[in-house]
Amino acid sequence: MKTHAIKFLKYLAAAVLFAPALAMASTAMHLDKAPVSTDQQKLQHGAKLFVNYCLNCHSASLMRYNQLQKIGFDKETIEKDLIFTGGNAGSMMTIGMTPDDGKAWFGTAPPDLSLMARAKASEFGSGADYLYTYLRSFYRDKNRPTGWNNKVFANVGMPHALWDLQGEQAARETVDEHGAKTVELVAPTVPGNMSAQDFDEAVADIVSFLVWMGEPVAESRKFIGIFVLIFLVGYYVLTHKLGKTYWKNIH
Amino acid sequence: MAANSSFPKYQSDGTLLGNALEWFDARFPLTSLWKAHLSEYYAPKNFNFWYFFGSMAIVVLIIQFVTGIFLVMHYQPNANLTPSGLPIAFESVEYIMREVPGGWFIRYMHSTGASFFFIVVYLHMFRGMLYGSYRKPRELIWIFGVLIFLCLMAIAFMGYLLPWGQMSYWGAQVILSFFSAIPVVGEDISTLIRGDYVVAGATLNRFFALHVCAVPLALLGLVVAHILALHEVGSNNPDGVEIKKFKDEKGIPLDGVPFHPQYTIGHDLPANVIMLIFFFAVIFFWPEGGGYFLEYNNFLPADPMTTPAHLAPVWYFTAFYSMLRAMTWNFFWIDAKIWGVISMFAGVLILAFLPWLDRSPAKSIRYRGPIFKVLLAFFVVSFAMLCYLGTKGTEYHFFGYTPTEGFNPLNILLSGSFHTKFWTFYYFLFFLTMPYWSKIDKCKPVPERVTFK
Repeated sequence: MKTHAIKFLKYLAAAVLFAPALAMASTAMHLDKAPVSTDQQKLQHGAKLFVNYCLNCHSASLMRYNQLQKIGFDKETIEKDLIFTGGNAGSMMTIGMTPDDGKAWFGTAPPDLSLMARAKASEFGSGADYLYTYLRSFYRDKNRPTGWNNKVFANVGMPHALWDLQGEQAARETVDEHGAKTVELVAPTVPGNMSAQDFDEAVADIVSFLVWMGEPVAESRKFIGIFVLIFLVGYYVLTHKLGKTYWKNIH
Repeated sequence: MAANSSFPKYQSDGTLLGNALEWFDARFPLTSLWKAHLSEYYAPKNFNFWYFFGSMAIVVLIIQFVTGIFLVMHYQPNANLTPSGLPIAFESVEYIMREVPGGWFIRYMHSTGASFFFIVVYLHMFRGMLYGSYRKPRELIWIFGVLIFLCLMAIAFMGYLLPWGQMSYWGAQVILSFFSAIPVVGEDISTLIRGDYVVAGATLNRFFALHVCAVPLALLGLVVAHILALHEVGSNNPDGVEIKKFKDEKGIPLDGVPFHPQYTIGHDLPANVIMLIFFFAVIFFWPEGGGYFLEYNNFLPADPMTTPAHLAPVWYFTAFYSMLRAMTWNFFWIDAKIWGVISMFAGVLILAFLPWLDRSPAKSIRYRGPIFKVLLAFFVVSFAMLCYLGTKGTEYHFFGYTPTEGFNPLNILLSGSFHTKFWTFYYFLFFLTMPYWSKIDKCKPVPERVTFK
């Protein structure tokens, strides 16, 4: 009786699975794999860099400062070392610059970063991969009003906020016979305060922090999930055995 | 035993509880409702895997109602901006995710529940097609079901606007703009639905009212009607035979078992626990569903000034969205846009005519002929292809193929827009030619009684 249904399911599965197999992603944007970490030291380092370098133009207005206790900061450190805009640990991570100012100064208002790591996921990679690649892809371009351009986000309004750490990258532009422009990054000609490896690690820490901030509950969510699934599997065994007893005498 | 049978009123056994029940039962059809719909409603004993999805749909419906109530306590349907430039509606969803205790759990249940609702309802509908559950005398059950499906689409479409993200906003903008394709009154209808000339705060407020109040009421009423109609005529089964033909001396079908407890506890409970394992696995480990359950772009706030580069509806609408996009020619001097709208709605409504399109002597796939089996398999492929292609852009090609210049058959064979048209054509052809091929198909003899074990 059940074999009919299962047989048909098998046909279906074969037919349906065939469709996605046909379909591979088309024109790819290459993104570097971000070494995302949940290590508290790295998240704290990322948070410090974030409030120093990002939280001047970008807000994180969905985050409350005291949530940073979840990555190991204590309240005093938060109020003393991380809040530059006034307010206390109960304040949201907002900025003084208004969206209208941002629009006037950069051409477009710098977006709120609370959810950026989730928003930037795509078929080309995770949101972390995008941000990790983006933050390392600024190069000098004298044709842009800010003096900076970006390989991943062409003609971006944002200048290179981390330039004193990375130094000034240049780019080699090549135009092929169809007129398509490819940009290749060249190692910094003007060195920064960090070695290339240290800079990559610093960006990785910022990105890890952005990922954490995108969903602060993510780690505990997965932790709770394990127990929920263990319970449900056990509950299934019980209900399955119970269910069978009702059918014992039906022929 | 049908729902309209008269059952004797409860007689007290003399205990306090018994007396209370007798008092209650004399004034309200409590025991007769229990018997008619549960303990003495006889369902065929040969239900299989495909019969789980109706009860699962009820479980998901309850999840959506309960989680929805808690979300309404914290959500604010307000498109005005905070000082940081985020819409209040968008911010309030993240407030639920971050600041409301357990809010993330409630919100993920609701967002995942929407996708699961469509998964189980699509499988439930497909069960009907496998075993001919829409055939006489169950036409009305099927029609109520199609109306439930329409309500579900409306409620999902309106609910998707509420987080007020980029996909919320532009998805609604695109779909509502299609209403303006309707001749003469189109523009007025779009303006009436939106409450503004573009999707705006007024749209958000009315969609909120419809999503949490009007459509759920209609949905609930239709679900009751769906079940009442089912219990009036009795369930179909994988053999597609009527169990009421053979009854014992008490009038109980020989091949029937009481719905409660044999099916409620003995069949549906463990199956629903399995569903919940999948459901909670998604919620706890994969809440974005790879960008299909929660679209990544929807983590960006709605911005009326920036159209996203790639616009796709949520996965459960993509098949019908493909049917809309399949129409690119102006037939009979009527705008292709209008044909698109017609084809999208026809794609859903044609299901309602299935009871009269199908003229096969056998109801169940077990006894139907090869034509049905082959055409149904391709029907599944067509639906899967339309679902898939609806998530892709109009310039999409399979295998990342780049069209070459000049004539090349691969340019057509690998083109997403060709497949969209082809499979839309097949989808409608399947239904419209059904009266013919279902009649000439070679069916096997249908047994008198159900096959069991």
